[in-house]
Amino acid sequence: MLSGTPFHSRTAPLCQGHNWRRWAGYVVASSYGLTHDHEYQAIRSSAALIDVSPLYKYAIRGSDAERLLDRVLTRDVSRCNVGRVMYGPWCDETGKVIDDGTLQRLGDETFRLTSGEPNLRWLCESAQGLRATVEDDSDTIAALALQGPLARHVLGNACDSDLMDLDYFRLTFARIGGVPVTISRTGYTGDLGYEIWLEASAADTVWDTLVAAGRPFGLTPAGILALDVARIEAGLLLINVDYIPANRALIESRKSSPFELGLDWTVRLEKSHFIGRDALLAEWQRGPEWKLKGLELDWGSLERVYGEFGLPPQLPGVAWRTSVPVYVQGQQVGYATSGTWSPTLKKYIALAHLRTAHADTGTRVEMEVTAEHQRKRVSARVVEKPFFEPERKRA
Amino acid sequence: MSDAYDTVVIGAGHNGLVTAAYLARAGQRVLMLEGRAHAGGALSTEETFEGFKFDLGAHRLSRLHPPVVDDLKLASHGLDLLPCDPCVFAPSPDGGGLTLWRDPRRSAEAIRRFSTSDAARWPDFTDTVTLAGAFLESIYARPPIDFLDEGGPGALTIVGTALRLRRLGRRGMMQLLRMLPMTVTELMDDWFETDLLRGALGALGVTGMSQGPMAAGTAFAFLHQHASPEPAVRETLRVRGGMGALAATLRAAAEAHGVEIRTGAWVERVLVEDGRAAGIVLVDGEEIRAGRIVSNADPRRTFLDLIDPICLEPGFLRSVRNIRFRGVCARVNLALEELPRFKGAPGGDGHLRGSITISPDLEYLERAFDDAKYGRLSRRPYLEASIPSLADPTLAPPGKHVMSILVQYAPYELSDGVWDEAMRDELGDRTVATLAEYAPNVPGAVLHRQVLTPPDIESEFGLTGGDIYHGQMTLDQVYFMRPIPGWARYQTPIAGLYLCGAGTHPGGGVTGIPGYHAAGTILSDTD
Repeated sequence: MLSGTPFHSRTAPLCQGHNWRRWAGYVVASSYGLTHDHEYQAIRSSAALIDVSPLYKYAIRGSDAERLLDRVLTRDVSRCNVGRVMYGPWCDETGKVIDDGTLQRLGDETFRLTSGEPNLRWLCESAQGLRATVEDDSDTIAALALQGPLARHVLGNACDSDLMDLDYFRLTFARIGGVPVTISRTGYTGDLGYEIWLEASAADTVWDTLVAAGRPFGLTPAGILALDVARIEAGLLLINVDYIPANRALIESRKSSPFELGLDWTVRLEKSHFIGRDALLAEWQRGPEWKLKGLELDWGSLERVYGEFGLPPQLPGVAWRTSVPVYVQGQQVGYATSGTWSPTLKKYIALAHLRTAHADTGTRVEMEVTAEHQRKRVSARVVEKPFFEPERKRA
Repeated sequence: MSDAYDTVVIGAGHNGLVTAAYLARAGQRVLMLEGRAHAGGALSTEETFEGFKFDLGAHRLSRLHPPVVDDLKLASHGLDLLPCDPCVFAPSPDGGGLTLWRDPRRSAEAIRRFSTSDAARWPDFTDTVTLAGAFLESIYARPPIDFLDEGGPGALTIVGTALRLRRLGRRGMMQLLRMLPMTVTELMDDWFETDLLRGALGALGVTGMSQGPMAAGTAFAFLHQHASPEPAVRETLRVRGGMGALAATLRAAAEAHGVEIRTGAWVERVLVEDGRAAGIVLVDGEEIRAGRIVSNADPRRTFLDLIDPICLEPGFLRSVRNIRFRGVCARVNLALEELPRFKGAPGGDGHLRGSITISPDLEYLERAFDDAKYGRLSRRPYLEASIPSLADPTLAPPGKHVMSILVQYAPYELSDGVWDEAMRDELGDRTVATLAEYAPNVPGAVLHRQVLTPPDIESEFGLTGGDIYHGQMTLDQVYFMRPIPGWARYQTPIAGLYLCGAGTHPGGGVTGIPGYHAAGTILSDTD
């Protein structure tokens, strides 16, 4: 049975279009309004409140908790001090990505790991023989993303501590409406933003406090559609969309390594042991076959393709998540997995897996679009991610 | 910086001694570390009671690998094997019994008193077992096939194995392939009608196994005990001076080649650096560095106890945790005032010189297992006894005898209770009571009694779960699947770390073959 998140009593009355989406066994609003544009604009210009409670969350505790996570993640977890957050993927024995998420170090021997898919079994199996326990907190911990240029003002108004000093990918403990929460300076929008972690039972109080505190700043509850546009602009991956988890891939070619997903920076090959290291070392030596890059579609080319039919360019109303072929000189060299019109950049952008030979920034490629029921190719340029990265994200 | 040793061998069991000797013979500086006070592992003879020496672990062998005997010149180091004739005596609960001899004709004569058709079939049965045994021996004499190693030397091994199988002829090939997965009961159904004969043979299909004779694959377990080209059924060898003397021989051979053996040195863990074995640390904290580590410990102990789990992949560790270790044996050693007098047995002591098996029929064995299946000690256990002092009087004071008895089934994990002193006494009592049904003078003849429960066997010899084979010898855990599929060739996921014990191909028993192949692998890796 699908259930509402801990915030359902607050989000349901707001969801005017009854536009719900399934996420990990819960329903969350796709958009609260009849369209998501207003909610997207809140993310980029004021502040948005997004219910991300369905994220899988695991509490890892014990004297070997750090070693366990260092074994599982490709990142160097020994460098994740208390109060720090790390993003990273984790791989199977063959170096293919199983999932990715953020790791919060809450204490010397206490961590919280988020993931897109269930990972309890993998974590427990990896913990065998180590003094570490893994607990699935997915249902008991609620989470809100507070994202946007004014997020700091909203949060400062709502909680008892000063967040001016909370740096990017750091966390702190505070109270909102008297409820103890963990606040991490993280998010899925590539903007200034925070994620707030709390006991599910206190969800209403925290929601109400934030909404009241956000009123002067135009805080707007935002749904997943708005978030999806923002995360593509930020060049952030979505599991099952931009990559298929290795443990669910039916065939080998559907799996991806961190290198192939542009996550090279997360792989610390100098660590002596982590799951998949041998395979990743070998892959690094020979060079990955694929790269995940950004594509910027050429406006002139779009105009020409649609112009043939006497139409202006037809832009996607929401972010799409299908596999779309990418060509160079008539040969397929890859595929795009997510794309959207970026209202902020005024560009049509996409994330694409490209064969390494065609993945250099600046390479001219063509992406398939369907114009008036016909398959056409629109010229595009390979670009670096993220597409949009405001200074305020880190400042 | 160069290490003081090329290779450190963890555990001085007989396979470890063989490996160490071969490596030293090839010029390596080898250090063996043994936690117990003596080298030899389960080859252990101790004077448990004054004047009475007992084999505490293995109490017989069927065949030492001939190249090991020759290459290590074991004869010059004191190897003195005592072939037993008869091979086995199976007393009947009604008195009398069946004796099987090394000479098939003599056995056939003995069988004829029970069944002329069984007697007529005995020569053919001997031939069939020999054919299958010789084939297994040819498989055992080589490192296993590795199906996962495409195009490597493994491919040739596959062809070689197929050729040897083909050489059995169409009928032989069919017979062998049919036998391997059979129950030993059905194998007996194919050949014999005499309960006593069926029980005496079938017992070998369950010895050390957590299975009854009606379990699939027990025919293979029976054949495993016959992996030899010699035409003998239930062949048994002992060692003059007890099995410990064989340990001393192997130790002498190893030391003659320059192996340094330290006893009383428990290894706490293997050092792994950058995916490579780099040395070991003893429980007292001493660190000994070496680029090559060979573990004679079973795979569970090696991978789960001696190595930081961080260094191994979770899937590999899962496979190791799932290796079936099932201890079902206990040992009862009796110091006897006089020889057992089996009811209606022939005069003299001739029939007592081989193995003595209390397994009067296959149903008896199955019932004995039924108890163990539910975690209970068999009410009427299967016993495999030896009286080595008959052939080797040095083991007991003049006129007195030692009798060592493998008692089965004594499950390592009891469903109701634990292996405490009361259970230990219960085990001893049941064993003596069972013997008394066949040889009523035994209880009165017992001067001393020593009982080793499965947990004792585990702690004494490091046999995980009390499993005497370092993992059950079932068809899914042998050959290229031993200890686990993909890692059957003595190497491990950690470079420079090898296995050499009975947990590797071809498995349990006193043969020296796992140690021999491990040494061969290491030396070819070193080239």
